[in-house]
Amino acid sequence: MKTLIGKALLVAALATSIPLTAFAQVNLLNVSYDPTRELYQDFNSAFAKQWKKQAREDVTIKQSHGGSGKQARAVIDGLDADVVTLALAYDIDEIHDRAKLIPQAWQKRLPHNSSPYTSTIVFLVRKGNPKKIKDWSDLVKPGVSVITPNPKTSGGARWNYLAAWGYALKQKGGNEAQAKEFVRKLFKNVPVLDSGARGSTTTFVQRGLGDVLLAWENEAFLAVNELGKDKFEIVVPSVSILAEPPVTVIDKVVDRKGTRKVAEAYLKYLYTPEGQEIAARHYYRPRDKKVAAKYGKIFPKVKLLTIDQQFGGWRKAQKVHFADGGIFDQIYAK
Amino acid sequence: MNVAGVLTTKKELSSRNELTEPLLVRWLLIAAALVFLGLFLLVPLAAVFSQALEKGFEAYLAALKEPDALAAIRLTLITAAISVPLNLIFGVVSAWSIAKFDFPGRSFLITLIDLPFSVSPVISGLIYVLLFGLQGWLGPWLQAHDIKIIFAVPGIILATIFVTFPFVARELIPLMESQGKDEEEAARVLGASGLQTFWRVTLPNIRWGILYGVILCNARAMGEFGAVSVVSGHVRGSTNTIPLHVEILYNEYNYVAAFAVASLLGMLAIVTLVAKSFVEWRIRTVKGEE
Repeated sequence: MKTLIGKALLVAALATSIPLTAFAQVNLLNVSYDPTRELYQDFNSAFAKQWKKQAREDVTIKQSHGGSGKQARAVIDGLDADVVTLALAYDIDEIHDRAKLIPQAWQKRLPHNSSPYTSTIVFLVRKGNPKKIKDWSDLVKPGVSVITPNPKTSGGARWNYLAAWGYALKQKGGNEAQAKEFVRKLFKNVPVLDSGARGSTTTFVQRGLGDVLLAWENEAFLAVNELGKDKFEIVVPSVSILAEPPVTVIDKVVDRKGTRKVAEAYLKYLYTPEGQEIAARHYYRPRDKKVAAKYGKIFPKVKLLTIDQQFGGWRKAQKVHFADGGIFDQIYAK
Repeated sequence: MNVAGVLTTKKELSSRNELTEPLLVRWLLIAAALVFLGLFLLVPLAAVFSQALEKGFEAYLAALKEPDALAAIRLTLITAAISVPLNLIFGVVSAWSIAKFDFPGRSFLITLIDLPFSVSPVISGLIYVLLFGLQGWLGPWLQAHDIKIIFAVPGIILATIFVTFPFVARELIPLMESQGKDEEEAARVLGASGLQTFWRVTLPNIRWGILYGVILCNARAMGEFGAVSVVSGHVRGSTNTIPLHVEILYNEYNYVAAFAVASLLGMLAIVTLVAKSFVEWRIRTVKGEE
């Protein structure tokens, strides 16, 4: 018995001594939204190499993915994110409003509204486009089944919704009332609302539900490339929205953990030519002109509305459309 | 006489009818149950394994050896290793007090034990977010003292304990109630202390019941998704349990790996079922010996 206890103590002592002998090691947690899994897998290993060269420090970046709104909620509730890379600015605004973990002007801290890459919303349809879906107006036709996630929890879904709204406004004599009616009709054709973009993609691709998936451009490319060019096609509508997924360090967390330097370097690396290349390879539209020119062929030219011009910024859009009792609640309840 | 003879044959006939008709019905019922079981349990289980092995055994093993998968397996084992013994102690203590003593609030306690069964697991998880989350009651204090509960291992263990709370107690209460307190009273009369009575009289009587409860408790602890999902934070390699890891892999279009890891839970289910029927058989033979 005594020797057993002795052995156990020895093992315990050895186990606790291991971390002491290890190299200087930092851990970062990047809390992100659904479709960025593959992007950050690549980006993280590239940054780890870079940081090792630059600061002679081993950095391990852990990832958490989910619907953008849900992820912001987790950070507000205390998930220790060093950086967040979410689908839209409003979710990060919430982190300021509800938990004061970041300053109000967080979006001014990095170039391009703190969005190192952009994306847009496109349609994914089944091969041969059997329902002849060409533009937003085809989505409200009777008998067309549309798959999109829930705008309450998913960032992508909110971009989807606003892109549809923007399209309706841009039509001849378009006004708010018509846009509302258009979006109401569109959501009547939605049989199921998943909580995140990835869930919707799986619903469309794997479970075979729906005629058209409203998806992030990068998500649509990924689905086509991963699951077969013979099964799906991408349809680019006449008008879409410029989606700017922003990034920021969470000040309260990095200051407590002492990881501010590496966290800031991590986000800045997204803006370097290497970071931009990785983003472009994963079908995010790069900001860097040179990289954008190099990958220009992949990304179709679309007329892109912006959230600031069309909707007066995210705070306003959120309040009017997605807050409790907002327009989405009104049209979806009926 | 003749009339009586006719009567008896009629009676025989009708009694034979009574036997044959239910027999047919019985077979139909059994067949229906088997078809149902096959369709809803065996086919999905087979599907899990065939999907997992779709790209061969190498790919299957690779999926299980992957660091994030290993971390998920480790976390699930740790969670079960902590929550099951705690619920075992709790279950025995509460079943003991409920079955052997009369006290005010006894039926209220029984209702309380059942609470986790009646509450949706998502709500069970949210309770802990409300309590320990940064915006919750204890959140700021916990952060000031650098204690992490939610989005960390302690939160996952707490949520698991909550969800698996009733299994052992629920198993033991009826068993101990049916056994009554005669044997314990005899032991006390013969001069045994409380502890002696427990170790030598009560425990041997309920050991198979305990094992049964522990098996069910463990199966649920390892397989719980909802409550754990709410408090986990989904950080791969550190706060993902096996069920959460399966979901992540599936969402990454990594179907082989998803089903490979899912097959672990499938195997757990099979082991649980075998262990459960063994224990049930033991309980029956023990009862038969008596």
